[in-house]
Amino acid sequence: MEANPRSTGRLPAAFLTPGSSSFMDFLAGHQPALLPGNRQLPAQGVIEAPHGTTIVAVTFPGGVVLAGDRRATMGNVIAQRDIEKVFPADEYSAVGIAGTAGLAVEMVKLFQLELEHFEKVEGAQLSLEGKANRLSTMIRSNLGMAMQGLAVVPLFAGYDLDREKGRIFSYDVTGGRSEEHHFAATGSGSIFARGAMKKLFRDDLTEEQATTLVVQALYDAADDDSATGGPDVARRIYPIITVITEDGFRRLTEEESSELSRAVLQRRLEEPDGPKAAVL
Amino acid sequence: MSTPFYVSPQQAMADRAEYARKGIARGRSLVVLQYADGIVFVGENPSRALHKFSEIYDRIGFAAAGKYNEYENLRIGGVRYADLRGYTYDRDDVTARGLANVYAQTLGTIFSSAGEKPYEVELVVAEVGETPEGDQIYRLPHDGSIVDEHGSVAVGGNAEQISSFLDQRHRDGMSLAEALKLAVQALSRDTNGSEREIPAERLEVAVLDRTRPQKRKFKRIVGRRLARLLEAEGAATEAEGSEEDGPEE
Repeated sequence: MEANPRSTGRLPAAFLTPGSSSFMDFLAGHQPALLPGNRQLPAQGVIEAPHGTTIVAVTFPGGVVLAGDRRATMGNVIAQRDIEKVFPADEYSAVGIAGTAGLAVEMVKLFQLELEHFEKVEGAQLSLEGKANRLSTMIRSNLGMAMQGLAVVPLFAGYDLDREKGRIFSYDVTGGRSEEHHFAATGSGSIFARGAMKKLFRDDLTEEQATTLVVQALYDAADDDSATGGPDVARRIYPIITVITEDGFRRLTEEESSELSRAVLQRRLEEPDGPKAAVL
Repeated sequence: MSTPFYVSPQQAMADRAEYARKGIARGRSLVVLQYADGIVFVGENPSRALHKFSEIYDRIGFAAAGKYNEYENLRIGGVRYADLRGYTYDRDDVTARGLANVYAQTLGTIFSSAGEKPYEVELVVAEVGETPEGDQIYRLPHDGSIVDEHGSVAVGGNAEQISSFLDQRHRDGMSLAEALKLAVQALSRDTNGSEREIPAERLEVAVLDRTRPQKRKFKRIVGRRLARLLEAEGAATEAEGSEEDGPEE
């Protein structure tokens, strides 16, 4: 808009035309080139770009915890050691992303804006279900890139104010959405993280136990998956852990996160495989 | 075919201005005031759902008097403008000055184009800064002019009278409760000077609070908190009141 030399400085007609409350719909009509899904793709070939790895989520009575490791890899190289892959989507939800880091971060930015735009225009928040569906649409629009190896696979978690509980949604590259009960993981280390959570999860976890559980799961993922980074004590890089409850989104401070990670590490020095579950 | 009457440009503009002003005067006035921790918007509005004040972007709020469908249209245009600008550049590149300019151009073009009827609206665009000195308040009358205001501003039919009342009494560094009470006092005065009571449930109040930890500083004040602020007497109880409010947010 600013680039138009003939512009009078007046808001363009598209801005004042009554329409949907969606920012993405507005972009699609007014400046479609800005939508990530409308980007031109090279005819063939695979693009190499940094990939984010493991995201985990677990519910507890009163909310949900979403956490991610800090490593991004490109092939067998560690591309970044302190990448952030867990973001607040709005006050009551968060999104963690695995897959092509650049695209994923852009998608999160647009998703945050989409929710905020709706809230400002309508004067009300979308339902948690509505937010989850919106994210589904965005992933679907990225399918062309996913076919070329640039997939984005997020994990969405939020506190449902109507049902008064934390909920988790997972996605596949086609935008297929499914609600997960109790716990979920995505990314290359997810199989190992899921195994750990399956053994440690209980229905009556406290918030503190839930945050410890995700650190245990991320540790196990890093233990067996080379693309997932464990807590880096030397560089003081610890997992990003977020908690969403009735009071809204909260990201654990560096101190809290380091304390949790160090406690887990300490125990692992004695028992490298982590807490044991009974056989029967 | 008959020849159209000649109307001088001065007369045409005066007629359009008269038309717009009359439309604005039908609605109730509203006021925007600076206080110690930010900017407060106060207006009489019996509706719970149709707002006169709203959030445009992180630090920017919007207030309007006049015809609802017209200012709602401008409000959404502003939200789209701000969101698009923040998305293409950065969140910090969205400013109240930029938004006010776009509104001024839009209103000005509509006002002077013969094919369109002028908008019957008067707007306020306000941005809260890190310090009271950084606060910006712009008033935009129907004709697309733009006025940089400080301290307090009133828009709507009765604006002039309310403005002069506020100018005499408003001072820098007022607490929220003080500013709110002054605003209500100003709004309760009728054109003939007599006072009437505006009950709390007919008030719409919102703030841009620079002390909010979130990036988005706009917040509506409703229900118990509003009642408490209106009741607060003297500086001491106000301080207590605001401490109580802390955890609630």
